[in-house]
Amino acid sequence: MRTALVVLRKDLRLELRTFETVPAMVLFALVTFVIFHFGLNRPTIDGQLAAGVLTVTLLFAAMLGINRLFVAEREQGGFDAFLLAPVDRTAMLLAKAGALFLFLVVLEVIAIPAFKLFLLGPSLGPPLPGLILVLALADLGLAVIGTLVSAIAVQTRARDLIGPVIGLPLLLPALIATARAAGPLLAGAHPATAPPGRWLAILALYDVVFALLAYAVFDFLLED
Amino acid sequence: MQCSTSSWRISTPSTTYGRGLRSLSLATIITIAAALALVFFYAPLDASQGFVQKIFYVHVPLAIVSLCGFVFGGLLAIGYLRTGDRRWDMRSYVAIHMALIFGVGGLITGSIWAKASWGHWWVWNEPTLVSFLIVLLLFATYQPLRFSIEDPERQSRYASVFSIVGGAFVPLNYLAVQLATAYVHPRVLTLGGANLPPSMGLTFVVALIGFALLYVTLWKYEMAAKNARSQVRRLRRTLLGDDIARPAGRSAAPS
Repeated sequence: MRTALVVLRKDLRLELRTFETVPAMVLFALVTFVIFHFGLNRPTIDGQLAAGVLTVTLLFAAMLGINRLFVAEREQGGFDAFLLAPVDRTAMLLAKAGALFLFLVVLEVIAIPAFKLFLLGPSLGPPLPGLILVLALADLGLAVIGTLVSAIAVQTRARDLIGPVIGLPLLLPALIATARAAGPLLAGAHPATAPPGRWLAILALYDVVFALLAYAVFDFLLED
Repeated sequence: MQCSTSSWRISTPSTTYGRGLRSLSLATIITIAAALALVFFYAPLDASQGFVQKIFYVHVPLAIVSLCGFVFGGLLAIGYLRTGDRRWDMRSYVAIHMALIFGVGGLITGSIWAKASWGHWWVWNEPTLVSFLIVLLLFATYQPLRFSIEDPERQSRYASVFSIVGGAFVPLNYLAVQLATAYVHPRVLTLGGANLPPSMGLTFVVALIGFALLYVTLWKYEMAAKNARSQVRRLRRTLLGDDIARPAGRSAAPS
């Protein structure tokens, strides 16, 4: 656990000093909102359409972060140093998933108000707690699966291709659940204040199963 | 399954996948022939869909066998991660490879059935079809992943991790898509049992067994072929020297 915190602190410090990943994710999300505005040719959107636009934008922005997650480790020998140290390898999974989760939270703190400003019609006030819950569960899934996919992809020759290609189908059920859970919250006429429990349950189940799975297989991705 | 006594002694075959292959092939041919006979001469015509409903006896077994094949590949991959024996990785590779072929067949027959009975080649409100497509899209990345890792040992390890994750993904994805879609047509098979008349049910079960046997037979054939090829290569390496026996071409398949 302490190792995980140390590695996490290292990643956050790296990000704070270089400003490499998170600003790119945020910019990407903002530009995508503008693209959706012109692509859909609408001043405002609401309901399931808004939920879909938001989910897809966050997913693609997350993909940028996922692709960069292990690049420093690979290019500058961080993997070797980590493997030489007498520490539990699962710490790497915890630290990287934690870093990705925090990146996503920062992304959403900026992107959600921007989404309201640029695209969203209905008010964001009443459904905000529900939306935060949905996004937190979605971020958890993105962080765990993203770390797993990134660890696989970073060792391949075409890592920028392999990451999204494996990651998107794996994240699809989480994407479905997130969009469906957020849809009623963003409805124009009668927005719900609580997200549908069924989709929250699916999202939580998905997070738990993949967290356990990642915990079980992650060691094998760090050998030699 | 007989295992090797020692891998460096070239005189002893390491694994005999060819054993029982002839009787298995015969059993497959007989079962599939029986299934086809039942489909065309025994099972009644569907009241609303008519003759085209008979594709059901090909499509559903193909899809079920394919999904089971993906899970099977994941289970075999656990064997690799536990033992580090590359034969487990080869078994897993062949299982997924075969399941992909069955899966493409299932998708095409499903599409034909959809066109014939609903008028569209693709329908989004059929959850089984959609979840099947997602699984297929995921496993279609299995080979590109292998291709882009050069070190054979790492290739086996990463492919095994992928297969295990993919195997667990199959039921979860099914659940998510199932809930996301409203049903538009009656369920033919539910957890409570088959909603089929007995004659159709019998035909379906025979067809399912036939395709499962076909899968196992093809799996064993490919394993036997791969095994023979690696033995030939080992012999060449011993007799002619290392450099001549390099495998020709670049391949993602374990050998």
